Amino acid sequence: MLYINCPHCGMRSQNEFSYGGDASVKRPELNKEVTDQEWDNFVYNRKSIRGKHLELWQHISGCRQWIKVERDTATHEIFRTFKADEEVA
Amino acid sequence: MTQAFRIENGGLINRDKKLSFKFNGKTYFGYEGDTLASALLANGVHLVGRSFKYHRPRGFFGAGVDEPYAVVQLYRNGETEPNIKATEQELFEGLEAKSVNCWPNVNFDIGAINNFLKIFLPAGFYYKTFMWPKSFWYRIYEPFIRKAAGLGVASTKHDKERYEHKYEYCDLLIAGSGPSGLAGAYAAAKNGAKVILAEDKPRFGGSLLTSDVNIGNQSGKDWAEGIIAELKTMPNVVVKNRSQIFGYYDHNMLVMSEKVSDHLPSTKKYHPNKRLWYIRAKEVLISSGSIERPIVFGNNDTPGVMLSSAAKEYLKVYGVLVGRKPLVFTNNDSGYETAIEFKKHGVDPVVLDSRKNAESEIIDEAKNLGINIKNSYVVVAAQGYKKVKSADIASISEDKKQLGKIENIQCDCICVSGFWTPTIHLASQSGNKTKFKEEIDAFVPGQSKQNEITLGAANGIFSLDETLRTSFKVGSELSKKITEIDNEIAIPNVVEKKSSQHDKFWCVPLPKGKNYKRFLDFQNDVAVSDVEIALREGYRSIEHVKRYTTLGMATDQGKTSNLNGLQLVSEIENKVVPAVGHTTFRPPYTPVSIGAIVGREVGKHSKPTRKSPMHSWHEKNNAVFVDAGVWLRPRYYKKGNENLFEASKREAKNVRTNVGVCDVTTLGKIDVKGPDAAELLNRVYTNAWLKLPVGKARYGVMLREDGIVMDDGTTTRISENHYHMTTTTAQAANVLSHLEYYLQLVWPELNVNVVSTTEQWAGAAIAGPKSRDLLKKLFPNSDVSNEGLPFMGYMEGDLFGVKARIFRISFSGELAYEVNVESDYGNFMWEKIIEAGEEFNIQPYGTEALSTLRIEMGHVAGSELDGRTIPFDNALEGLVSKKKDFIGKRSLQRSAFTAEDRQRIVGVVPLDKQTSIPEGSHLVKDDKAPLPNPKLGHISASCWSVEYDNPFSLAILKDGKNMIGQKLFAMSPLKNKVIPVEIVSSHYVDPKGERVRS
Ligand SMILES: [Zn+2]
Repeated sequence: MLYINCPHCGMRSQNEFSYGGDASVKRPELNKEVTDQEWDNFVYNRKSIRGKHLELWQHISGCRQWIKVERDTATHEIFRTFKADEEVA
Repeated sequence: MTQAFRIENGGLINRDKKLSFKFNGKTYFGYEGDTLASALLANGVHLVGRSFKYHRPRGFFGAGVDEPYAVVQLYRNGETEPNIKATEQELFEGLEAKSVNCWPNVNFDIGAINNFLKIFLPAGFYYKTFMWPKSFWYRIYEPFIRKAAGLGVASTKHDKERYEHKYEYCDLLIAGSGPSGLAGAYAAAKNGAKVILAEDKPRFGGSLLTSDVNIGNQSGKDWAEGIIAELKTMPNVVVKNRSQIFGYYDHNMLVMSEKVSDHLPSTKKYHPNKRLWYIRAKEVLISSGSIERPIVFGNNDTPGVMLSSAAKEYLKVYGVLVGRKPLVFTNNDSGYETAIEFKKHGVDPVVLDSRKNAESEIIDEAKNLGINIKNSYVVVAAQGYKKVKSADIASISEDKKQLGKIENIQCDCICVSGFWTPTIHLASQSGNKTKFKEEIDAFVPGQSKQNEITLGAANGIFSLDETLRTSFKVGSELSKKITEIDNEIAIPNVVEKKSSQHDKFWCVPLPKGKNYKRFLDFQNDVAVSDVEIALREGYRSIEHVKRYTTLGMATDQGKTSNLNGLQLVSEIENKVVPAVGHTTFRPPYTPVSIGAIVGREVGKHSKPTRKSPMHSWHEKNNAVFVDAGVWLRPRYYKKGNENLFEASKREAKNVRTNVGVCDVTTLGKIDVKGPDAAELLNRVYTNAWLKLPVGKARYGVMLREDGIVMDDGTTTRISENHYHMTTTTAQAANVLSHLEYYLQLVWPELNVNVVSTTEQWAGAAIAGPKSRDLLKKLFPNSDVSNEGLPFMGYMEGDLFGVKARIFRISFSGELAYEVNVESDYGNFMWEKIIEAGEEFNIQPYGTEALSTLRIEMGHVAGSELDGRTIPFDNALEGLVSKKKDFIGKRSLQRSAFTAEDRQRIVGVVPLDKQTSIPEGSHLVKDDKAPLPNPKLGHISASCWSVEYDNPFSLAILKDGKNMIGQKLFAMSPLKNKVIPVEIVSSHYVDPKGERVRS
């Protein structure tokens, strides 16, 4: 079970969180014309990365904040975590 | 029965407490502190079971967790449990156990015929034989295997025992209480670290209980006792025996199974049977020790052949002689230690040492005691069927290829030592890349991945002095980093005998003309010849060899067989062992009860049960409840002998004619507040929200980004910046997360807060033509007329002194209202409604009637919003704004979603107006068409229309828009039904929606 550092609450076990997918996906702006391809990329197309992956988790049984977690999908190592509005450098 | 093989004195058992027990129906006696194995051996019982494949007689091979044979069926306190190792099961008064894998009994076992047919049961036998012909599998092979195989029978009764889960955090977790574990724990504890020390056996001390060493001028055993006693007094230390750490998971999470009650005749009141600990440790010290490995020779599975360390443990811990004419077969000095113990107790062993010459303090001691030692000698084969009677022995050449003349010597047990295998399971599970250590012919932990360090024998260090020094140091340093306390500990002086280099010899060659079975894996009956076949047939990877031969796949997970199997593969393949590599170690290290894994979450505790504030009223009024997600809701209120069908029809009918009341507390409720609340709703829902006035409700549909309907519900504008959103019962939590996602990540600029208020409000839906009359009585000071409170209107009211919210919304299609009060007043509200409603013939109605009412009105719910439908499919396209953007809008342009013959909701009526259509039935054009019959749609919900008094269903049908009036068939192969039907409008009752506005 992963041990995730919630930037708001501190170290908490994985069973307090729910997974939210790739954090690098940007939703196209509202009312903007987007091509089918752009929309498909947003809704469906994801890279299945082996290695470092920036992903979303929600601290669902805690502060309910969505956070970003930089995790190695192969080893489960977690490198850094970020608040929703924090820039990932 | 006398305990003929129990020595007069000695051992750690309590001779003052004699215990009786039964094995295979026969009564024996043992002592408190015995295991079932030691007590049986004390009574001279060596035959405990039959082997898995060949049904060969099997006895005891080890004395603990590594035991491959002595698996029994245990009977305790009216319950039975399979797969219990006799070497681990502590004796208690009245214990009963039986052999497994034998029929009709262990002494005469019909399956043993497999042994004589063994030529037909080589590696891959099951794959090759039972796959063909296919039809034979169900009728012949499977029943045969089921009868023949198995390591016991699971109880079919409900398990009365309780199991607990516990979450714990610590600085240092120490797995194993041998010398390294004790030293590491003690040093860390002295530095103030929070320590958990776990020992799988009942007694602490590990190898110190049986080794002849001195630590700080006392015996190893006494030293261990002293350390444990001191650790137990320390508030920062938890010391647990009978506790096996069986799994090492991500981020230093380890799981431990504590046997709380297995050693007792019955579980004490309020105690669990087992307790599962989830431990998050900052640092882990693995001090799991090592397991002696066998040397492979002919018939090495005969009862009476056992590990020399086990023989020593039975003698030193339990005071039991495993034989009176022991033969010790060794390639290292450990065998001598066992021989010395025998000799000290007046038994004359013969030692066969595969080494030509070896000298050490231990060997000198054996020689001085006058023990008969034969160098360059090996056991070729054990003789005897149900018990060792003699051994064929021979000298062996220096290259270990040639055997000398075979001699037969009398013996009643063969104690074998092929050196030691570090127990690296936990380290390997942690992700540690293990490495092969040439000097000990075994794998040891390599580079750590998590915060774990392996100490002592588990790390391939067999010198006590070195083990203690490194363990004290590691325990001290790791704890110092955490606590910043540095209490120096004087490292005690160690006296131990030096040993000599072991012989890299593990398998005795077959003598000419003999075809003895030489077993590698004792539990799964995998012999040398099986691995040879696997390699001959082209299996190369050790993982494939494992699966083809089942080597190391039994419940003992190859604790005694792994390395010899690897040696064999590497020899045949002419590779070195590290190049072959070992198979993956996976948790659990030892079998864990399913009960312990499940814990308390059984039966109705497997999920929370949520009840509305009116629950007790429903109970008192004969409600029959149904699970709705985690909620319990009244399904119907039983009157007299009514069944579900009759009751729900009566309740629904009463709503259509008079007035009914339904508990709708379970609906999800979310408060949406802030200056941008309307903007958020406008983006989340498909319809327009910016112009909704205060005091008005609106029905809304929300989509996922892929265009699929996620949820629906009404949202009411309570005040300028305050909205009350409702969701379906099932989707409440998902909708809240969904809103939080957009507010926190996508549109953080929106100034809105959302919070769940589901449990803050109790809700009652009042529906039916007389509902307004009732409302007037409930709220005499409010204007609830059609003008004062029109359809989709909202107002606050005073319900006999309680503040209430009144919404004029309808799910039943009738004139209807929903009243909310704070949860604590829920029951008060309900009773007032019932009381005031009496004169209007009010009746409560449950979810079944609720469904009936919504189905015949064509209102969609979860069965239509099933994660596969878009607004059009549900006839909700009128609610999809063309002017504004919203979540999922772009997806609605997908070609499949705009296809001419897109699926759509329709009504379905059976032609005979009699036969109810099972939900899930498929709609087809031709009921006689060959299979697979093309499916046009499916029945999503069915009811008995109270308006027309005939069955009515909703369906999602391809090209539904143009199918009205068509005749199709509803087919349900599950219910074996074919029903001719007519497609009608989904709005079966009041299609113009006049009633809700009346
Ligand atoms: Zn948090």
